[in-house]
Amino acid sequence: MSLKLSKAEPHGHVERKAQDSKGDKVVAGVSHTMLSLWALLVLIPLAWTLMSSFKTTSEIFASPFSLPEVWKFENYINAWETAGIGKSFFNTVIVVGFSLVIVMVLGAMCAYVLARYVFPGSKAIYTLLLAGLTFPIFLAIVPLFFILKNIGLLNTLPGLIIVYVAFALPFTVFFLFSFFKALPYEIGEAAQIDGAGEWRTFFQVMLPMAKPGLASVAIFNFLGLWNQYLIPVAINTNPKNYVLSQGIAAYAGQQGYAVDFGSLFAAAIIVVVPVMIMYILFQRQLQGSVSAGTMK
Amino acid sequence: MTQVTHDVQSGSGVVATARRRRKKLTFDKVSFMAVFLGLPLVIYLVFVISPFVQAVYYSMTSWGGFDNNMPFIGLDNYVKLFNDDIFMISVRNSVVLAVFLPVVTVILSLILATLVTIGGSSRGQIKGLKGSGFYRVISFFPYVIPAVVIGIIWQQILNPSNGLLNGILTTIGFDQAKDFAWLGDERTAMIASMFIIVWGFVGFYMILFIAAIKGIPAETFEAARIDGAGRFRTAMTITIPLIRDNIQTAYVYMGILALDAFVYMSVLNSTGGPANSTLVMSQKLFSTAFSKGQFGLACAMGVVLAAITLIFSALVFLVNRLTGGSKDVSE
Repeated sequence: MSLKLSKAEPHGHVERKAQDSKGDKVVAGVSHTMLSLWALLVLIPLAWTLMSSFKTTSEIFASPFSLPEVWKFENYINAWETAGIGKSFFNTVIVVGFSLVIVMVLGAMCAYVLARYVFPGSKAIYTLLLAGLTFPIFLAIVPLFFILKNIGLLNTLPGLIIVYVAFALPFTVFFLFSFFKALPYEIGEAAQIDGAGEWRTFFQVMLPMAKPGLASVAIFNFLGLWNQYLIPVAINTNPKNYVLSQGIAAYAGQQGYAVDFGSLFAAAIIVVVPVMIMYILFQRQLQGSVSAGTMK
Repeated sequence: MTQVTHDVQSGSGVVATARRRRKKLTFDKVSFMAVFLGLPLVIYLVFVISPFVQAVYYSMTSWGGFDNNMPFIGLDNYVKLFNDDIFMISVRNSVVLAVFLPVVTVILSLILATLVTIGGSSRGQIKGLKGSGFYRVISFFPYVIPAVVIGIIWQQILNPSNGLLNGILTTIGFDQAKDFAWLGDERTAMIASMFIIVWGFVGFYMILFIAAIKGIPAETFEAARIDGAGRFRTAMTITIPLIRDNIQTAYVYMGILALDAFVYMSVLNSTGGPANSTLVMSQKLFSTAFSKGQFGLACAMGVVLAAITLIFSALVFLVNRLTGGSKDVSE
């Protein structure tokens, strides 16, 4: 994020207004054209989905371009109720909400200890966490299924939450590790002199100071967990407990038989809107943390 | 659990800040270490590390179901896999993805990032392209959309009869595109699937590269400009060598993702596509385990997938090292 700051307008001197040369204009024109093409390639599918979500199935079959004759908001009601998107929406909110809070707390604690304390075995723990980032989830998926089955958490939301926490943990720890590492040691010592124990030092001094890092990693975790598909599809197979990605995939799978394309598009919009809102709200942090991630 | 308590006992005395001040164990410190380190690690060990280890063992059994009977059969599963034509097709498809997806994605996102950062005026202060914030926001959209939804949206766009693409193509005169099933034809299914994954990730890597390029000090670009280097020359000889490590990281991430590709492939063509042309290892593993119940065999596939992932990462690091990476990066 410091990169952003360094790019800010210089204060000390007045910038001379330089005349753009002809070559500059050509380059700028070409750049704008190519970037616009890409932006269109991104936007058109989304806009088309939005438009189609208001059409009837026969309108969708008649022409992919035509605007809906009447804007059919029932598609959204259908998707929400009959397709079960509403139910899986609530499941997703619960699962993502709980796992996000838990993984942020546990990840911050673990990163803090690893970054600020020297003890034998810390290197081994670090390596172990790295393994979790490197190996594909697919290697773990079968044993994971049986671990959850044995402790009775298969096909339950708490089971899903704890697995989300476990698999989001290494990324969270790595990301926050550098943040805690960078906090000055004097502050921890000052807190100790003032009589704060280890617990208070962490929760009242260190955690608030790591807020920017926490915000960035929380957004990444939110997107990652909200969009997760493989884990729920393997260990959460009860339709009552479906999360959104499963719900919409199941709905799309049925579409082959009972065709209601309008509602399918509406369901897609329902799934996308929350992440889009999060993205727009936290756009700055997200792009900032992408850059922070590159400064290793 | 034993390992964790061990760490706590042996570690609690040598806390860096406390080294100077106090060495004795207090309840505060012991409880702090036990909870802060122990709790996350127990969850992590139980639900991440132990499944990894168990999978390796299961891969050497012919465990076929829900009883506890797991006959140990050594490497038989692996022999079986290498003689299984369909599995080998899935390996080939996964490798094709791992070869093409990172190259295409990284090159495309590098080009877009370069346009944003060096498209600005060649006089005065070094600046990026005017108004490029808009492109950055838009390009990042696909990254935040759930992969399942990306799959569904594109499946509809590529729908043979009422999809957007064939609609556009027939309107501008390509009549042979009428009712052409892009995802249902052996010749195009894989390419179409790859395009969709690229579409989903270019924006993310573009932002990553823009951030990396902006991290290069402006003086470097100014010096290049004074020396008379044009934009293309600057991009090729300054920008790319300086963000080499970022490119490597991006390449590895994208490769790991390509070797997985489960969500995209299973949504676009749930059964592996025409003549298994889009069947990937992760799909094969999933159906072997959860449809057929051949858990031992599925774990062996998992081990093969993990091995290929590690080999891929090692190759990227090796190539980068051999071609002179890391040396010329300003640290």
